[in-house]
Amino acid sequence: MLQIDRWKRILIVGLTLLGLAMAAPNLFYERVEQHNDAVKTIEQTGVETPELIAARDGWPNWLPNRLVNLGLDLRGGAHLLGEVQVEQVYKARMDSLWPEIRRAMSDQRETIGAVRRLPAPEGILKLEIENAGAIPQAVEIVRGYSNPVTSLTGAGQQSLAIQADGNQITVQLSDAEKTATDQRTVLQALEIIRRRVDEVGTREPTIMQEGQDRILIQVPGIGSAEELKGLIGTTAKLSFNSVVGPTRDPDQAVSVGQEILPSQDEPGLYYIVESNPVVSGEELTDAMPATDQNGLPAVDFRFNPSGARKFGEYTSANVGQPFAIVLDNEVVSAPTIRQAITGGSGQISGKMEYAQANRLAVQLRAGALPAELNFLEERTIGPELGQDSIDAGSLSTIIATAAVVAYMVASYGLFGVFASISVIINVILILSFMGMMGATLTMPGIAGIVLTVGTAVDANVIIYERIREELRRGKKVVRAISDGFNEAMSAIIDANVTSFIAAAVMFFLGSGPVKGFAVTLTIGLVTSVFTAIFLTRLMIVWWIELRKPKELIL
Amino acid sequence: MAFRLKLVPDVTHFNFFRWQWLTFGLSAAAMVASVLLVLIMGLNFGIDFKGGTSIRTESPTAFEVSDYREALTTLNYGDASITEVFDPSFGADRHVAMIRIGTSDETGSVTPEQLNQIEAALKQVDPEIRFASVESVGPKVSSELVMTAFYAVAAATLGIMAYIWLRFEWQFAIGAVVALIHDVLLTVGLFALFQMRFDLTTIAALLTTLGFSVNDTVVVFDRCRENLIKYKKMPLIDIMNLTCNETLSRTVMTAVTTGIALTAMLIFGGDVVREFVIAMLWGVVVGCYSTIYVAKNIVLWLGVKRDWTKKDPKDTASPFSGAEAP
Repeated sequence: MLQIDRWKRILIVGLTLLGLAMAAPNLFYERVEQHNDAVKTIEQTGVETPELIAARDGWPNWLPNRLVNLGLDLRGGAHLLGEVQVEQVYKARMDSLWPEIRRAMSDQRETIGAVRRLPAPEGILKLEIENAGAIPQAVEIVRGYSNPVTSLTGAGQQSLAIQADGNQITVQLSDAEKTATDQRTVLQALEIIRRRVDEVGTREPTIMQEGQDRILIQVPGIGSAEELKGLIGTTAKLSFNSVVGPTRDPDQAVSVGQEILPSQDEPGLYYIVESNPVVSGEELTDAMPATDQNGLPAVDFRFNPSGARKFGEYTSANVGQPFAIVLDNEVVSAPTIRQAITGGSGQISGKMEYAQANRLAVQLRAGALPAELNFLEERTIGPELGQDSIDAGSLSTIIATAAVVAYMVASYGLFGVFASISVIINVILILSFMGMMGATLTMPGIAGIVLTVGTAVDANVIIYERIREELRRGKKVVRAISDGFNEAMSAIIDANVTSFIAAAVMFFLGSGPVKGFAVTLTIGLVTSVFTAIFLTRLMIVWWIELRKPKELIL
Repeated sequence: MAFRLKLVPDVTHFNFFRWQWLTFGLSAAAMVASVLLVLIMGLNFGIDFKGGTSIRTESPTAFEVSDYREALTTLNYGDASITEVFDPSFGADRHVAMIRIGTSDETGSVTPEQLNQIEAALKQVDPEIRFASVESVGPKVSSELVMTAFYAVAAATLGIMAYIWLRFEWQFAIGAVVALIHDVLLTVGLFALFQMRFDLTTIAALLTTLGFSVNDTVVVFDRCRENLIKYKKMPLIDIMNLTCNETLSRTVMTAVTTGIALTAMLIFGGDVVREFVIAMLWGVVVGCYSTIYVAKNIVLWLGVKRDWTKKDPKDTASPFSGAEAP
């Protein structure tokens, strides 16, 4: 037990030194952070400004540069938990299916007769045809729009669920298709939110899926959750629709395929527009903030070739008619077409501030969200509060460590010094591990480290107490130490496994700060077993080899 | 001879079962009292579990809670809870308040417009006020969080029980789990008694307490198992006492080091984690107590199979035979 091979010694010391080196950047947190940011910016933009170079050279390139991520509660920032309204996609799918079915059925007008859409709950398309006898043909037409579902779980199923009753047909997405659509919608939303947040250029945002249809967004350094919500909370669905006419009555009856949308600028003014857009925001290639001819904020945009062609054709056919620029179901403006616009670019102007124009441009560039988000949870933590927490956390960690060291040394003398060195190294190893894993340190996490300082000595205490007992039984020093380590092992293992179970449960069921705490605790368990068993033992072995002690007072 | 600080003498002969009826009765009474406290006084749930909005304000000038309340009452938030936070680490120019606004409607949290109104109203009372943190949780999430928290504590307990069952005997598993339930109940009871904020981090503290308490229990059980093999003829109660005396020094050492570390956090860690640390500190105390006075007693009552050569497992010491020192 007290013979440690040379290679094992090298391994233990090597691992410890590596851990210490990896933790070193955290001592120079700000400088390393600026270095990392500068390197990233230079890599992305390829431009090297004097400030960037100064920031980059503030920390040598060859040194480790991984830092512990600070959680929102330590750094300040915004946290949002949003639920994607996946049902909106069902509705959109049905609404776009209707004109296609209508067209297909009008081709067989002699057999089917007239067809019309009946009012139905959102996400359901209800049709009524004139000749009840032609229902099989009509169903056949609808079925033509159904595809096999392409997903692992829904394989072999059709995308549309079609029901016929008398002369009515009810169409909706099948359950398998709904599941597949939900997944797609959430992934798409994730991607677009990521793009929008990245465009604003904040550091290390966390954007991830939670559960079925939820998205967790954490952005450090942003002023408030409101600001973040402004950026990602709107779908930014842009479209260009033909206008039937203006109205003052929002409840006016309109024919199928048309809808009434409010004007953004003028309360009480509404426009009747065709639901099917001429061109939609997906066909934009670029958008940027600009000013209109009156010097007011506006957004310039450019279409892709197919969008430009469609828009050109439409405007040349409808000179003198108004068309509506619709953003998130509000008419931003409804200008009259003076001449054909074939250049493929245009401008959105309306009542907006410069910040709004800027945000809209970001949103248009990043693309529209497939569905709206409902926010279930929002938190803003100010940066000062975070700094206070860091200060309080570091102070209490230092005091806790000092007090534990004092107590250990008073209780066990030299062996207490060994245990203390292990405990201090343990704290540093926790930090370096967290840095390497990209784990996030939260305030409860700091409390977890402090707790680990207390419990990490436990393994050493178990061993030392055991050695004391063996010594009392009259065993020789080396023998007592060796037996002490051996006998204590099973208790140490059992004790740490049970703690690990609790930490694992926290990790899998917890969220936010609790998860961070669980990670810290787990890492602390692993490192404390390493330092208490391997490192302390190595120190004791060195001491024995050096002093060849005849007696030991413990 | 070098000086060694020893809180516990080298060899002790405490009889931990002399007062077993008193201690066990106390534990049982404390558990019942905790349940009653929770039922009668209820827990002071944080927004994590109840939904709503909590705002932390900081201001360099002193304020009156009643002024804040007045400002909020004009906005019809008369039921908001406003508490001033005191902390030894705050200087004279730091005055902190926690404002909690419950959920009124289905959407749960306060809307952005309402939030702006609230902030504006408070700014009128105190122009230097800062909003250090603003958190909202909707009722949909909060009810899920309650369930998740419950599952977490239950899953951790079951997991620990399964592990101890595998490593020891089922009697030990039962003993450890009863001790765990004891610790959880007493900690929750403490939160009910002092109406401390009970939220997600409290659950984390509770789970850590579980880990610590079972850690303690396992070390004692491990020694107990060893002694069971070593002293085949010794009555169970004597083995238990011997084990406890042998491990007493370690139990005290670890409790003290953990206590020292947590006390440092309690004093210097700031008010944000105070409740969290209190829960853990209390958990350490209760965890140590329950190992000695709850877990062991249960194992003693259930009896442990002693002689593996015989078929009859009833060959154990009578549970309540003479409680004398070995």
